[in-house]
Amino acid sequence: MTSPDHDSAPTDGPRAALERAPALSVEGLRAYYMTHYFGVQREVRAVDDISLVVRRNEIYGLAGESSSGKTTFLKTIAAAIRPPLTVIGGSVRYSFLDRDIYALSPAELSAIRWKHLSYITQGSMNVLNPVRRVRQSFVDFAFRHMKLSRRAFFPAVERHLQQLHLAADVLDAYPHELSGGMKQRVTIALATICRPEFIIADEPTTALDVIVQKDVLAMIRNAQQQIGSSILFVTHDMTVHANIADRLGIMYAGRLVEEAPTADIFRQPMHPYTAHLVASLPKIGEPARQTALTGSPPNLADPPAGCRFHPRCPLAMDVCRTASPALTPLASGRRVACYAASPLVQPSDSADSAPDATLRVRTAGVRP
Amino acid sequence: MAGYALYVLRRIGQFVLVVFVGVNIAFFVTHATPIDPVTAAIAAATRFSQSDPQAVQMTRDALRELYGLQGGLWQQYVAFWSRVAVADFGPSLSAFPTPVSTLIWRAMPWTFGLLSVATLIAWLLGNLLGGLAGYYRRNLSLKAFGVIASGLQPIPNYVMAFVVLVLFGYVWPILPITGSSQINLPEGWTFAYFKSVFEHAVLPVLSLVLVGTGAWFIGMRALVSNIVTEDYVTFAELGGVNRRRILISYVMRNALLPQVTGLALSLGLIFNGAVITEVVFGYPGLGNLLIRAVYAGDYSLVIGIASMSIIAVAFAALVIDLILPLLDPRVEAS
Amino acid sequence: MFSIVKDLLRYNREFALGAILILLVVAMSAASYVSPYSAGMQYVVPFDTPPSWQYPFGTNSRGQDVFWQLTFAIRNSLLFGLTVAVLSRVVALVVGLTSGYLGGMVDRILMSINDSFIVFPPFPILVLVYFIFKDHMSWALLAVAMASLGWPYDARLIRSVALSLRTREFTTQSLFSGMSTRQILVEEHLPYVLPIVFATTMNNVNWSIGLEVTLSVIGFTNIDTPTIGTTIYWANQHTALVAGVWWWIAFPVGLVIMTFIGLYLLSISMNEYIDPRSRLSRMGGSA
Repeated sequence: MTSPDHDSAPTDGPRAALERAPALSVEGLRAYYMTHYFGVQREVRAVDDISLVVRRNEIYGLAGESSSGKTTFLKTIAAAIRPPLTVIGGSVRYSFLDRDIYALSPAELSAIRWKHLSYITQGSMNVLNPVRRVRQSFVDFAFRHMKLSRRAFFPAVERHLQQLHLAADVLDAYPHELSGGMKQRVTIALATICRPEFIIADEPTTALDVIVQKDVLAMIRNAQQQIGSSILFVTHDMTVHANIADRLGIMYAGRLVEEAPTADIFRQPMHPYTAHLVASLPKIGEPARQTALTGSPPNLADPPAGCRFHPRCPLAMDVCRTASPALTPLASGRRVACYAASPLVQPSDSADSAPDATLRVRTAGVRP
Repeated sequence: MAGYALYVLRRIGQFVLVVFVGVNIAFFVTHATPIDPVTAAIAAATRFSQSDPQAVQMTRDALRELYGLQGGLWQQYVAFWSRVAVADFGPSLSAFPTPVSTLIWRAMPWTFGLLSVATLIAWLLGNLLGGLAGYYRRNLSLKAFGVIASGLQPIPNYVMAFVVLVLFGYVWPILPITGSSQINLPEGWTFAYFKSVFEHAVLPVLSLVLVGTGAWFIGMRALVSNIVTEDYVTFAELGGVNRRRILISYVMRNALLPQVTGLALSLGLIFNGAVITEVVFGYPGLGNLLIRAVYAGDYSLVIGIASMSIIAVAFAALVIDLILPLLDPRVEAS
Repeated sequence: MFSIVKDLLRYNREFALGAILILLVVAMSAASYVSPYSAGMQYVVPFDTPPSWQYPFGTNSRGQDVFWQLTFAIRNSLLFGLTVAVLSRVVALVVGLTSGYLGGMVDRILMSINDSFIVFPPFPILVLVYFIFKDHMSWALLAVAMASLGWPYDARLIRSVALSLRTREFTTQSLFSGMSTRQILVEEHLPYVLPIVFATTMNNVNWSIGLEVTLSVIGFTNIDTPTIGTTIYWANQHTALVAGVWWWIAFPVGLVIMTFIGLYLLSISMNEYIDPRSRLSRMGGSA
């Protein structure tokens, strides 16, 4: 997919956004866990040939159950991989870089981190240094990017917190003194303070109760509108996606099976798996029983041949068992990988081939 | 801060408990035995000669009084504690009439100096290098150091002391191998004296450090290897935080806390090493004094040293425990 | 359990090395049962001959064959270490499990006692014991004394394992599914507790042998029983190093270092195996 590398449209609008270089462009990405333990060699295909584009100023949701490969995907696009996870092939390009992120030297990588690419994780986890106050984390992460004097730095931080409706005294607290929701809000403030072009959000609302979830989502939306960054939002919770995502991508067993604007996904899911995800959301007042999908997600060390969903698919045909469907773009700006969904879908020529062992194996990590 | 004050009080209470239990143990061990030290002492004194039975009886009574063995068990217990409270263990039998407390007081600074310097160096060096080795796993020189440290660690103290003695005393005699300072040099606040003290301390400290560093190194390296997998470290790396800063502020800072606790717990064990080292190098510390006291059958000195060492170690542990909450904001009065 | 040992032997170098060392040491101590000399015999071979084919470890100034002496010495030291370890395991298990499972006031009292004992410097206390009992000092007494000082650290470890097991989900699940307490303890919890007990036993044996040697070298134990420490004591008494009889000291020291390293390797490899995080770093990653 070719796109101009620099701005041509002077105004911000959906059209202009489409014409500029996408915030993130992933092509043919493959990342496997290669393990060798007690004499047994295994290759877990966590990310298997994924291509997607995240546009500027957009929130792209990534959905799928656990063990679909979502978290591995995030690690891979953030160049935060570490053995046994290895990138086998594909490219990851951001709008603020002139090259593939894996082509960067450690120093260059370190320079873009946080300033252009930041991360929101499950904040109720242990992400802040337990022996330092919160203000120290802001210094550690943001000071070197904001190019302010020591004296001007903290007022700027406090202003930013204010804009996100956070009290400034949270800076003086230790992480263990904050509640889960509070920690999450602090993490969001931390991730947005340098106004990065791209933010990766990894299950930011999981482990929070519904009321706090609502606040946190509002905060994320608010922050995104203020800065105009793009967010890749990963969660298995479809209701959160309905709430916040502009476009939605559905992942299953290491592959992308459907992608469309959020409303379209919910109104008219095309892939049987998406249909199941959407249908499993309880609607108030509906007494109908939910039918669970039979079977369980495939073992990624030994995935089924052909379409990976076919063992559990109510619409499986013969072709599904032998040839993987390609993720095919359809007229309405959607993409789907299912023979039953559209006659346009053809077998993929790249997905089934075993990864070429001579392909340059990238092991760029966070720690060299 | 009120939480800390409460913690201090509780910790001091614990200290008192420890001292109480420990010294009681010392007392009851000595009194629960079928052996009567007085009889043993008299037997030793009259082994090779005849003595007037009356003189023997007078000596026996005098000794009983000296040892505080008069009266029933309860009286002895009370008498014992009333003396311990003022750190008076009576006169030493072998160095009569020098009081035990004087002997201990004279020997204590040497042991204390030796132990604290050696422990501190071993702890700092071991933790620093271990932390670096745990973080920079591919660094060859750190790996080599790790192998050496693991190799040195199981070597018992007396072997190491002996090796150091032979190496630097005979093979390459550049440093003195006995005593705490030059014999005819007067003690005092003179440069010459301090220099001599320093020279005499090098070998014993070296022997202790060589053995001790390994254990801290290995422990710290394992600790750091675990900490680098913690969420806050991976998050900081994702955030592109300066690596030096991550090493110091995120990794080491968090790893030091268990190591400080470990230091407190290991204080009792450090004594072993010191004793042998003192004996081998003729260092006039408590360890040496204890051994000689046992050989000489000096009951009051032995009990005095045993009690003092219990108190000293408990006190050091107390100090460390009081410092810990100041380093770790999560530790409250729990 | 057996398959775990097999796996460890095959893939974990440290465990294999430790196992080999310990097997050698145990073989050496077993050899004492076929020794041509009994432990107390002296002046049965020529003095001070260096190691040779006839006397593989040489002979000492007391007219004993150093090799056969050492078989007794290592056997006694090992047995002693094991006795102390077993005794202190019993105390540590009782205190740790009771404290961890019952919690509350019992826990606080036990832990206060525990923390007092942890701080005691074992050496001066053992010297005091020796001083009092002098000639009536027996190995049994020493073992009991050491065991009563060697349990607190491990009791704490066991307690924390018991605490975490008590609150884990599979415990409540087992309770709800109707397993009796005894069943839960034996079938669900023991597999977690045993490896820790095993690893701490290794450490404890090292510790007690170390203390025994230290005490014996100074002469504070029954020096007529051959152990590693008493061998060194007698060597020192006969100024072996000065007289050039280096093999009298070198071989016992070598043996005891072998034992230390062997036990140490076994204990850390077992610890590493138990810890799931270190397992991940060994699975193909050099991280």
